[in-house]
Amino acid sequence: MSDWIDIAALDDVPQRGARVVKTLAGCVAVFRTATDEVYALNNSCPHKGGPLAEGIVHGDKVTCPLHNWVFSLETGQAQGADDGRVETYPATVENGRILLDKAALNRRSAA
Amino acid sequence: MKQKLIIIGAGMATGRALETLLDTAPDAYDVILFNAEPRGNYNRIMLSPVLAGDKTYAEIETHTPQWYADNGVTCRFGERIAGIDRAAKTVTAQNGDVLSYDKLMFGTGSNPFIIPLPGHYLEGVIAYRDLEDTERMMGLGPDNTCVVIGGGLLGLEAAAGMAARGVKVTVVHIMGHLMERQLDEAAGYLLRKALVDKGITIKCSANSKEILGKDGHVRALLLDDGTELPCDLLVMAVGIRPNVALAAEAGLAVGRGIHVDDQMVTSDADILAVGECVEHDGAIFGLVAPLYDQARVAAKTLLGEAATFVQKELSTKLKVTGCDLFSAGDFADGDGREDIVFRDPGRGVYRRLVIENDIIIGAVMYGDTADSNWFFGLIRDKTDIARMRDTLIFGPAYQGGTPLDPLAAVAALPRDAEICGCNGICKGQIEDAITAGATDLGAVKATTKASASCGSCTGLVEQVLAVTLGDDFVLPAAASICACADMTHEDVRRMIKSRHLTSMPAVWQECGWKTSCGCHVCRPALNFYLLADWPLEYADDPQSRFINERKHANIQKDGTFSVVPRMWGGITTPDELRAIADAADKYAVPTVKVTGGQRIDLLGVRGEDLPAIWADLNAAGMVSGHAYSKGLRTVKTCVGTDHCRFGTQDSTGLGIKLEKTLWGAWTPHKLKLGVSGCPRNCAEATCKDIGVVCVDSGYQISIGGAAGMDVRETDLLVQVPSEREAIDVIKAITQLYRENARYLDRIYKWMSKVGADWIKERVVDDLEGRAALIAGFELSQSIYRRDPWADHVQQKAQSYQPLATLQMEAAE
Repeated sequence: MSDWIDIAALDDVPQRGARVVKTLAGCVAVFRTATDEVYALNNSCPHKGGPLAEGIVHGDKVTCPLHNWVFSLETGQAQGADDGRVETYPATVENGRILLDKAALNRRSAA
Repeated sequence: MKQKLIIIGAGMATGRALETLLDTAPDAYDVILFNAEPRGNYNRIMLSPVLAGDKTYAEIETHTPQWYADNGVTCRFGERIAGIDRAAKTVTAQNGDVLSYDKLMFGTGSNPFIIPLPGHYLEGVIAYRDLEDTERMMGLGPDNTCVVIGGGLLGLEAAAGMAARGVKVTVVHIMGHLMERQLDEAAGYLLRKALVDKGITIKCSANSKEILGKDGHVRALLLDDGTELPCDLLVMAVGIRPNVALAAEAGLAVGRGIHVDDQMVTSDADILAVGECVEHDGAIFGLVAPLYDQARVAAKTLLGEAATFVQKELSTKLKVTGCDLFSAGDFADGDGREDIVFRDPGRGVYRRLVIENDIIIGAVMYGDTADSNWFFGLIRDKTDIARMRDTLIFGPAYQGGTPLDPLAAVAALPRDAEICGCNGICKGQIEDAITAGATDLGAVKATTKASASCGSCTGLVEQVLAVTLGDDFVLPAAASICACADMTHEDVRRMIKSRHLTSMPAVWQECGWKTSCGCHVCRPALNFYLLADWPLEYADDPQSRFINERKHANIQKDGTFSVVPRMWGGITTPDELRAIADAADKYAVPTVKVTGGQRIDLLGVRGEDLPAIWADLNAAGMVSGHAYSKGLRTVKTCVGTDHCRFGTQDSTGLGIKLEKTLWGAWTPHKLKLGVSGCPRNCAEATCKDIGVVCVDSGYQISIGGAAGMDVRETDLLVQVPSEREAIDVIKAITQLYRENARYLDRIYKWMSKVGADWIKERVVDDLEGRAALIAGFELSQSIYRRDPWADHVQQKAQSYQPLATLQMEAAE
């Protein structure tokens, strides 16, 4: 059973955009696609630590702003020839609010 | 002995339940039917054809008074229920009658949602729900104007119905495209185009602010951008809410709707509910198919038979004449999901299938929905489509046969088949030209003009070449804009201009994009092309910009940003320097550097601090230096006649004037200028994108310099006698570059493609053309010549902050 925490309104994140949530263990990027899916990923590219929340969102992917690595928002997997993975966290939308899974974020803080 | 059944609400769901009940066991119940509307059950879905004049009320009446009489149903229409006593199992009617029941069924339907805008109570503000609303709309004619708030299914049907009566209709929709819950952007674009052709004005991304009235009657809708839309009638079609008030009052379990189980029984075993008022397994219902399923289940439950309601896949069709549109299932992007997209720009056809694990899970179709039932069947039955995948998108007619060869289709065309619609060129003419020696696309274009205008037939012309030349034809490896499209940058730019494409979904559709919404390579290019060609119609899309241009600062390798305030012509003041120094202290800027463009760079500013540091710099009179943009960067100057003993003209003054004219303009790549006061060229003007070298007799303007990856001296374009003319020529060059170059080509690269002479003809020799370029530039600058920092401080500061800050304990 997930223990969801209310983060913000869906409309606080632009479509095809992202905002960050600060945690004690660093930033989590919360993405919103053109079709209003919401994803949460570690805000750090495994290549050179680029802030993924600043990338261009297309389909269910994001392109890192530093060197154009492309990641799946759903799996965190690097696409194409690049090799790497970004940690993903459960995220959902209920009644127009973005919710993140507390336990998953806590595990992250502990790691 | 007959039991007593009381039904509250004579809508489509209870109507169907009643039919099933009476068909199966006509003698099981004595039925009393209450309805707040003063009539029985009619086909509410067909109100739109009634509105449009395609049907009459009589034709959509499902149950006539005669039907109720024949079936022994006691009708109490126009009467509400005042209360329910569940312990006594009685209901109290509005007139005080107390009636007992054995079973009670709710079919209270839904209420239209009225946005509580100021003025929503005014006369002439209505919803679109029942026959009364429809009749209000039918009372309008060609002398009337109407505003519809809501670009969903219902709002658009209302708008189209009224437009068919000659009413001037404007649809105001808060989202970026129409019917966003059922359609993706591309289909939304085609729908919009069709509705605009019907004379309907569509305003998307529009926020309503207030309903304005006069003498108690609606007069206009005011948008938050200040636009006033006059109207005689305002229709709100923004959604429905299940009507649960009576059920809640009676103490039944309600959430968004009245809670029911799989047998349509509420939290009270003797009370059922069906239709739009129910909530089943978290879902509420607005389409008719599941309501009918519920009705059948409820009827069986009443008869003590086993039945279970199961939620199914739903599909949507829009009932607007001439807009063929279909959507079903889930068409959101997702990992492991693939798109098959088919677009036929010529016929306005768009089809998109979303596939996961070789099963179609969603479909959107526009323009040709003939095969929609077949696709819907594949979705519903979860059919494995692996074997027919290659031809799947073409529909059932193309399954099972041999794969089609597109070349065979072209080879089969007769000689008089038109290939290029713009220039009226037939296949025969192209074949003749090829036989006469035009063996590549460029040559065919040059000799016949085929594909030389809008370019959309380029692929066809190439196929004619391939068919005619056989193996001798090698398809040119013209690089497409990105993997999303087959067209080159140049083709896309031509299409945007010739077809008047003013939105990204329009470009995706008309240029045959293979992805649903582009990628990080094509979107910034398209965003530039659209805003450069249609400055008034197209609104800049920050989400299609690289981070530097989205946040108006340069991202650094550690995720911090650099901030460079503008110093016009490289001139600053002690006050500005003090303000910069104060800002550097206040925001703990780790590095302060003087740039090559004669200004100061504050490096290492945290993203969250950007609005604050900008506000401080703004307060000292400074604006963004656009050091991050594909746009005007700097105009480097020397001191000229002000101080220099060699200066021939006021180079600093000209530089400042140029910078104040050009700043804020977006260009294909960065644009750097230099103005030197004499041929000693201390401002290094001859390696800039545009350089001016002052001489005693005037101003030498040269273009196409480079001092980066390539190093190149500028080519002299013209010498002009006055400062005024120098500014004019430079504005015209900038606009020509904006209108024609491909995204990410600096001027020297663009010039190597079109030739310096081509540019010279247009900005030097053709004075009318120059004036038109200047006018185009000024039009665009009327929107973009402003400080984005100040705008963001005022409007977007919050978006620079974290969405939330969590102070959580480590794992317990």
